[in-house]
Amino acid sequence: MERTTLDLWVGLFVVAGLAAVLVLAMKVGNLSTFNMSESYNLQAEFDNIGGLKSRSPVKSAGVVVGRVTAITFDNKTFRARVSMVIDKRYQFPKDTFAKILTAGLLGEQYVGLDPGGDDQVLKGGDQVAKTQSAVVLENLISSFLYSKASEGDAKK
Amino acid sequence: MPSENLVEISDLNFTYDVRPVLQGINMQIPRGKVVAIMGLSGCGKTTLLRLIGGQLKPSQGAVKVAGQSVHELNREDLYNMRRRMGMLFQFGALFTDMSVFDNVAFQMREHTDLPESLIRDLVLLKLEAVGLRGAHDLMPNSLSGGMARRVALARAIALDPMLMMYDEPFAGLDTISLGVIGNLIRHLNNALGATSIVVTHDVQESMKIVDYIYFMSGGQIIAQGSPDELRALDSGFVHQFVHGEIDGPMPFHYPGTKYAEDLALETAHA
Amino acid sequence: MLDRAMAAISGTGHRVVNGVWRFGFACRFFLAVLLHSGISFRRFSLTIKEIYFSGVLSLIIILVSGLFVGLVLGLQGYETLQKYGSESALGTLVALSLVRELGPVMSALLFASRAGSAITAEIGLMKATEQISAMEMMAVDPIARVVAPRFWAGVISMPLLAAMFSAIGVFGGYLVGVVMIGVDEGQFWSQMQSAVDFRLDVMNGVIKSCVFGVAVTAIALFEGYDAPPTAEGVSHATTRTVVTSSLAVLALDFLLTAFMFRGI
Repeated sequence: MERTTLDLWVGLFVVAGLAAVLVLAMKVGNLSTFNMSESYNLQAEFDNIGGLKSRSPVKSAGVVVGRVTAITFDNKTFRARVSMVIDKRYQFPKDTFAKILTAGLLGEQYVGLDPGGDDQVLKGGDQVAKTQSAVVLENLISSFLYSKASEGDAKK
Repeated sequence: MPSENLVEISDLNFTYDVRPVLQGINMQIPRGKVVAIMGLSGCGKTTLLRLIGGQLKPSQGAVKVAGQSVHELNREDLYNMRRRMGMLFQFGALFTDMSVFDNVAFQMREHTDLPESLIRDLVLLKLEAVGLRGAHDLMPNSLSGGMARRVALARAIALDPMLMMYDEPFAGLDTISLGVIGNLIRHLNNALGATSIVVTHDVQESMKIVDYIYFMSGGQIIAQGSPDELRALDSGFVHQFVHGEIDGPMPFHYPGTKYAEDLALETAHA
Repeated sequence: MLDRAMAAISGTGHRVVNGVWRFGFACRFFLAVLLHSGISFRRFSLTIKEIYFSGVLSLIIILVSGLFVGLVLGLQGYETLQKYGSESALGTLVALSLVRELGPVMSALLFASRAGSAITAEIGLMKATEQISAMEMMAVDPIARVVAPRFWAGVISMPLLAAMFSAIGVFGGYLVGVVMIGVDEGQFWSQMQSAVDFRLDVMNGVIKSCVFGVAVTAIALFEGYDAPPTAEGVSHATTRTVVTSSLAVLALDFLLTAFMFRGI
């Protein structure tokens, strides 16, 4: 008699625990929206990746389509090589344009994919040819100051 | 039957760290008898039981139970041997998270595939033998000391052992429980056809029920004989022990440095 | 003077040798527990009973603490985030800190003091009252019958407790952030979902809590089994369980975090 009530409690406990994992997966995490089980790899080279990190999202038209898996430095071209996994459900044309963008002024950086118009699509292991580097705040400020300075020169 | 003696101990030495606990023990325990091992607290009686049960290994010498040398058995054989031994621990050592019934049923459930209905009959039989069938639903913490000892006894005889060992079965019991346990030890030994070893320092109670007595002191056997023989002895230590005299060959003081030295009387003069 | 120095040196040496000895024994004990685990699964009712004692009975403290930690995270997170005008990231902050760190670590610390100390006291008392010895004399291996089921019960309970802690903590953050303060509900959940990765965050948290479960239960069982069979010995062992396993949880947390979240 005692044993069955004990079993009941333990059963409830395990079910509640698994339900909590499920809540974490579906409600807190992004398992419901983004499934990485079916995916392919893409490469891209950038002059400067700014604050991009591995695990940063890859977005197209604002939708998360993949994630950055690795960032390495190419010793021949002296550029950063970014590897990404993209969800198999999303296909992009060969002449897709990869940019490093920032979410908001101080937000995290992500890779944005602008689809081009080519008929052929990118396949696993392909490299995205056209890239645009991250906007580095220091460069932005210095170029702004420089243009201000040259404006000032012109007014004189 | 290979020999008359169920337990044979020959030239047994046991050393704990560097302290010798047992020295040159020779003992024969014949089948069907109740044998007492007596001595003061801390003279190595319990250690001797543990050596027979294979929980400790002798430093020298051998303990043979039913012709097999206990410390040379591998784990599996040792466990098979222990299934035929029952041990009553000093305070019963009942499993506190189980009811009386489950305690007695413990070994049957662990070692046999008997159906639950048969286990129930057997458990009630064992509890009836110690007079506690009515208490099978209780938890150990609601039992008195004497009852707990009897439940532990029922648990120890659950698988009808050939050798029963009792570690201080009379310690801390009132006089009525004392008599009850004493009678049970004798009665169960005859009923089971077992052999019993009783380790105790309760002289009066055990003298009534045992067939043979070994006296131990300082890790050695200093006297042996039937209860009547020992009662007749008036030599030093045994006489003192049997009659419970305060001072005698066994000194009242633990050996130590001189009292005056401890009080720093002598060093002050130096 | 020289005498005292020698005594100090030999004392230290003794302590080191003793420590290494004890550690070796602990390793052998842990191995024995793993080797004798068969019975914990063949007779699962033994393990279920222990899950009840260490898991179900820890539930209240885990849920209440989780809720309060979530509430505090919500308040503090909002205070800080609103200075930068990014209150919408509150969900991310609450969820990530709970799922990655606070859930596994806090629940392991609570588990150590609630269930770990109880396990040590129970095993220590079983030893002190000769129940372990009695079991051995009845030809039943106490490691297989008493220790292993408690070990697996702890290993099973710990991740479940940690998951519940995190889940109710997120709910607490939601209560403060959305219901009380009025952060936009859609942003709260969507930012959280885009930032929390199932495999990298949730699963790593679960792995962490499994490791903590192994560490805390193994330490508690060993301390109980190794305790001197006296009332004083058992009470010391209980204290040591809580101290050692808390430190072990924090140290392991650092190591695991270094492995898991350093990107590559």
